[in-house]
Parts: sequence; C-alpha cells; structure tokens
Amino acid sequence: MNHRGLVALMVAACGALFFGGRVCGDDWPRFRGPDGTGVAEASRLPTRWSNVSRPPVNIAWKVRLPGRGCSCPLVVGDRVFVTCSSGYRQDHLSLQCYDVESGKRVWQRSLWATGRTMTHPTIAPAAPTPVSDGQYIYLLYSSNDVACFDLDGNLQWLRGLMMEYPNASNSLGMASSLVVADGILVAKLENDSQSLAIALHTSDGTTVWSVERPPIASWSTPVIRLAQDDKKEVVLESPRGFTAYDLKTGKVRWRFDAGGSSQASMVAAGDLLLLPARGLTALRITPGQMPRVVWDNNRLRCNTATPLVHKGKVYVISGTILKCADLETGKLLWQLRLKGRRFSASPVMAGGKLYTFSEDGASQVIDVTGRKGKVVGRGELGETILATPAIAHDALWIRSHQHLWKIARRE
Amino acid sequence: MIYRSAGCFVLLLSCLVAIPAASGSENLAQSLEVLRHVALDGKDNAAAARAWKVVAAADAERLPEILSAIDGATPLGANWLRTAAEAIAERELREKRALPRKALQAFVLDTDHHPRARFLAYRWLVRSIPEMKEELLPKLAQDPSVELRREAVARLIAEASKIDAKTRPSDAITAYRRALEASRDEDQVRKIAGALKKLGQKVDLPRHFGFLTDWKLIAPFDNSGRRGFDTVYPPERELNEKATYKGKTGIVRWQAFHTDHPFGLVDFNRPYGKLKEVVGYAWADFYSPRKQQVELRLGCKNAWKLWLNGEFIFGRDEYHRGMQMDQYRYRVTLRPGVNRILLKVCQNEQQEDWTVQWEFQLRVCDETGTAILSERRSSP
Repeated sequence: MNHRGLVALMVAACGALFFGGRVCGDDWPRFRGPDGTGVAEASRLPTRWSNVSRPPVNIAWKVRLPGRGCSCPLVVGDRVFVTCSSGYRQDHLSLQCYDVESGKRVWQRSLWATGRTMTHPTIAPAAPTPVSDGQYIYLLYSSNDVACFDLDGNLQWLRGLMMEYPNASNSLGMASSLVVADGILVAKLENDSQSLAIALHTSDGTTVWSVERPPIASWSTPVIRLAQDDKKEVVLESPRGFTAYDLKTGKVRWRFDAGGSSQASMVAAGDLLLLPARGLTALRITPGQMPRVVWDNNRLRCNTATPLVHKGKVYVISGTILKCADLETGKLLWQLRLKGRRFSASPVMAGGKLYTFSEDGASQVIDVTGRKGKVVGRGELGETILATPAIAHDALWIRSHQHLWKIARRE
Repeated sequence: MIYRSAGCFVLLLSCLVAIPAASGSENLAQSLEVLRHVALDGKDNAAAARAWKVVAAADAERLPEILSAIDGATPLGANWLRTAAEAIAERELREKRALPRKALQAFVLDTDHHPRARFLAYRWLVRSIPEMKEELLPKLAQDPSVELRREAVARLIAEASKIDAKTRPSDAITAYRRALEASRDEDQVRKIAGALKKLGQKVDLPRHFGFLTDWKLIAPFDNSGRRGFDTVYPPERELNEKATYKGKTGIVRWQAFHTDHPFGLVDFNRPYGKLKEVVGYAWADFYSPRKQQVELRLGCKNAWKLWLNGEFIFGRDEYHRGMQMDQYRYRVTLRPGVNRILLKVCQNEQQEDWTVQWEFQLRVCDETGTAILSERRSSP
C-alpha cells in the first residue's frame, strides 16, 4: 500500500465525520460547503459590505486573480483555494492558494489543458468547483483535466480525461463540480455527445468505475448520500432524469424519470432528495422500493441557483424572486423580490440569514427567522459574481470576475 | 511513437525504486524520465508522485534541464514537469534568490526546445527581471511558440500605433504590415487589419489564415431525428462531382461554392435556404507540393464529420453550443498532389433563432497557425 492509500485507510478508520476526510468544522471544502448544504451554522458574518463606497466597508482584503473562472472558492484550514484559467486560449489552468488572514498567495500551480478549452464567453475552463477531503484538493476543469494536490502544492496525481474520452466536451463549457466520499472522487462529464460519469480513486487517480450517461448537456453537481441501508450512493441529475449509482461499484440503485434541470443541482435533506424537476420535487428514497414523490410544486422553479434547505424550509430563487416553502409539504410560505437581474450563484446561509448574490455584484442579506423574509443588509462589490461564495472563519469568501474577496466584520 | 514500450517503462520504475542509492544528479535524471512518460490511465501516478518530489526539490540551476525534459514528454508528463519546475521557480522567487538568468535566457531563445517550456522560462525571467522583456521580444516575432510570438506581436502593434498615421502614413503601414506578417491570433489580426483599413490598405484575411474558400457542396440529405449523423450517404462512399443522388426532397448534385467571407465561413443556408433536419457535405481539393504534416482547423456549431483522402479524422455530435475559429484542431499528413477534404455538416430540428446557422470554417496551417496554402488557390 502506498502512502496515500495508508493515509486514506487511517482516515476511514478514524471515522471522520465528513465522507472520507478530515474536514474541520470551519472549513468550506466543496461547492456549497460542508455536505453541499450551503449552510454554515456558527458564523458571525457582516450584513453590510461595499467596495463602491469610500472607505470600503467590511472588506478585509481582496486579491486580483491571475485568471478567469466561475468556480467557487474553498477554505481548508488556514488556506483559501480558487481555480483560474488564463492565456489567449485559456489553456493555462491554475490552482491558487492564499493565506486566509493576509490574502498573501502561499503558492500556485499550473497545468496545460490537455482537452478543449472553448466555453461560452461568460464562463471559463475554471468552472467546476474543486473539492477537498481536508488533506488533499481535487481539481477538475472544463477541459476534463483532473488533478490532485496536497495542501502544500505537491502534485499527487493527474488525469487528462478528454484524451481518453475525446468527445466528452461541451462547446459552452463543462461545469459540474466534483464530489468525494470514502476515497472515491466522482466527476460528472455530461454533454450532448460522449456523456459519462467517472469515479476515481482519490489515492492515485486510477479509475474505479465509469458509466455512460444520457447524451445531453448538464452542468449540475452530483449528490452523494448515505442511503438507509448504510450504502453510499451518488445521484446524478440530467434533463432526462435522475439515477443513483452505488458509490463503490457504479451499479444502478434506482432511477427517477422526471427530467431535471441542466443547471441547478439537487439537494439532499435527511431522507428526502429535492430535485429541480417539475418546479421542485421532493423524493423519498427507501431501499428496495421505487422512489416516492412526497410533493412537487411547479411554483418553486429553479434557474441556475441551487435550492437551500434549512430548519424545515426550502429556499429557491425563481428568476429574481426568492421563495420559501415548507420542506414537508412543498407549500409556498412567502416570497420576496430581489434586486438584481440574474442569479447564477447559489444562496448560502449563516446565523439565520440568507445571502444572495446577483450577477451584477449586488448582494442582499435576508433574515428568514420570521414569518416572512426581510432584507436586513446589502453588499456591493461592483463586479460580476457567478460563483457561489464560501463561508468560513467568520467571513464570506466571494469570487468575482477579477478578484477574490474576504468579507468580514471590521467594526 | 509517443509512448515507449512497457518494458522500458518498467526499467525506469525500477530505477526510481533505486533512487536512494543514486547520486543527486542521477536521482534527478531518473525522476525526469519517469515523469516524461506518464501515460493516460493513472497507473503511473504513484511512481510519478515520488519522482515529482525529487524534481521539485532540485536546485534552481537545474531548471533548464527540467524544462528540457518537456521536449517529447507525454501531455501528462509535461504537466508533471511543469508543476515541479514552477514549484522550484516559486520557491526561489519567494526567497528572493536569483534564477539562472543566462541559462534560462538561452533556453528561451533555443527553438529546439518545446515552445510551451520556453514560454514558461520567459515568464519567470520577465517576472524577476522586467527589462528582459525588451531584450527578448524583438527576437521573437517569428517564433514557433505561439505565446512568445503573441507577446512580440503585441509589442509591434504598440510600436505601430505610436506612429502618427497622418504625417507618416507609409511608416505606419509598414509597421502594421510587419505586425500582420508575424501575427497568428485572431484578435491581433483583427486589430491590425482594422488599423490598415483605416490607412486605406486591404488585407486578404482568408489567405493570411489559410481558410479554404472554394468548395463543392451537396445537400440536403435527411437528418430527421438527428439520425443523419450516423447515416452513411453516398458522398461518404464516393466523391464523384458528376453524380446525382436522391436527397431529402429530391435529386441532389454537387455545386461549386466560393466564400468571400473574411474568415472563410461556408454557409449552407445561402445556396439551400434555412432548412432544418438536413445533412450537407462540403468537399475541397487541396494541392500539396509534397508530403507534409499540417493541421486542419475547423470551426462549426453543427454536428459534423471530417475525412481526409477517405480516412475518417473525427466527428462530433453536438448542435448549437457555439462556434469559434480553430475550435477543433487535427494534425494530419497531406500527400503530394491532390488531397480530398470532405466535411459532413448536420442541421437539427431546433427552431430558436440561435439555431439557424448551418455553417463552418476550415483552414490548413502549421502548428503555429501559419497558413499553408493550396498550390491551386483562387484569388479573392
């Protein structure tokens, strides 16, 4: 057994809370944070920030990023990570590592893309969000380059999946984020042509399994969930339906044929799965039985932003309207029109407040603890925001088109 | 042959296991060999990770040797080597220690080395010694590295733009012409061509890029249910410009088509109308004076298949996700004399206004993007 394998075994033996890693409570290790919930329970975030006022308000630091991208920042320990792509052909793919306190760059590593890098002009090859198990960070780019570094920037392994699957690409770009559990990394490479999902050993990047997927583009991120029979399954969403695969073997466990969103991702909430299908659909999965629809509500339609579940309620952004519904029944409880034209970033939550981010850089902080949502704060950075921010170390970490921002209380 | 034999690689791995007994130089050389040959399936990763640590710990003086290892490395091997070299350079720059300037400068200027590795060396040099930019760029306008050339062209454009075109129009034209002759990237060429146009100069963009402008087209064949992509229609079996076939709506035959689009766009909608669920074929003869390696570069937002001299090159079953110049690149070998390029272009059933396009652009060039022209090419 090599060193990486030994470490993985030790971590599993320790029964770490996060799937297969040592993610600390204050880390934000993947798209939408711990377990993909979008929620940080114990955080003291500011409700007001601005880069357009003088002096700026509650901006601890900002750094200019050396490239483009709409992947989300990760925070692991005392470091914040973000991927970028640069160059005329966007074929320099990098991982940037900054110190959380100072914003000083600790290290960066770059790769040459081994697959196509064409994307829609609004995004870039650095679109999929990396994932960390607390010891290593795993990267995926739209070119299907996959890499693993340790937290000090030592390269552990590489794959160039477009060389192996030459038609697994999308001329608009690929953006599904990575998920990891139990030493298995899952990359969803769904597109109109050679569509697949592939599971790789986190120890060395070799293939565990791969499955063909429907040949239709999808940018949503998978969910890994612990089923009631104590088996982990990875659920993949496509406009042609939802399929759960056994995480270890890639065997199909169940299917649900309602067409899903190509952009918004599903959310696991206890024994429910909330699917961006027919508006929003709550599905209960019982081992050995067909998935059962608990409710669906076509007024809870999601666009790009992924829904968020917290304390018995589900929040979705439909167009420019924030909607809150009861998790058990799907009944719409209240709605609130947001400022801003488009919302690509998914909302995040901390301290009973929901944080929304429009593409034009305006943010709203909404207190959701009362009978209706109430705007209690605003943020303005003056730059395009497509990426879902992170919450860690009592700070918001926002990736805009040009900068990485640490938003924290200064008073 | 990109990858060496498995037996050779096993030998290299054996060498790596023996690294503790070897000297520093031997360690590095063995580790570089391991990294250079990393293959696709991930099975080399464990050995590569061990070798990477040896390389990344090397002294900065070894950077040229490490960059040289990128010559002929596999694509993944090149990335292993790049990250290790970057780790060294980053460490040295952070510690405010000097990089081996002379050796790196020589590396940048040595066109026998991999263009991408040379660009890395250039960036480190310029980052640590900014004045190196002015020293190096005048030598790089015709460089085989597209990235070094791009930097040099940017400098030429900046120089040309400083010339007062009103008082010194011929000097401005000469300067822009020099920049144009060196430039290969679309954005720079557009900028230069725009400046020359203001000076009353015409630029033959299709010729500059090597777009094929004279085609024979035949359409429409059926693509109902998108099944036409995999249906073998007669032009895939024979190229006979006199032949007629049963098409989707009647008898179809080859017709000549010349495009005068500045970027070589061939629009099937022009001769056939805005059809849906159809397949068209485009055929061009390219006359090569000798056997030579070239790149076929295609831009297309429809599903397509490409053949050269009857040999299938690649196909892509994707519709209306976007198109750009040089979207797809394929290295092929032309034979002396006539070479037959056949492209199948499929239109689907979508009705949105952004799905009207049924078109492509194709050019022949070398790996720097320098046009390679057919011996029989019509004038614009």
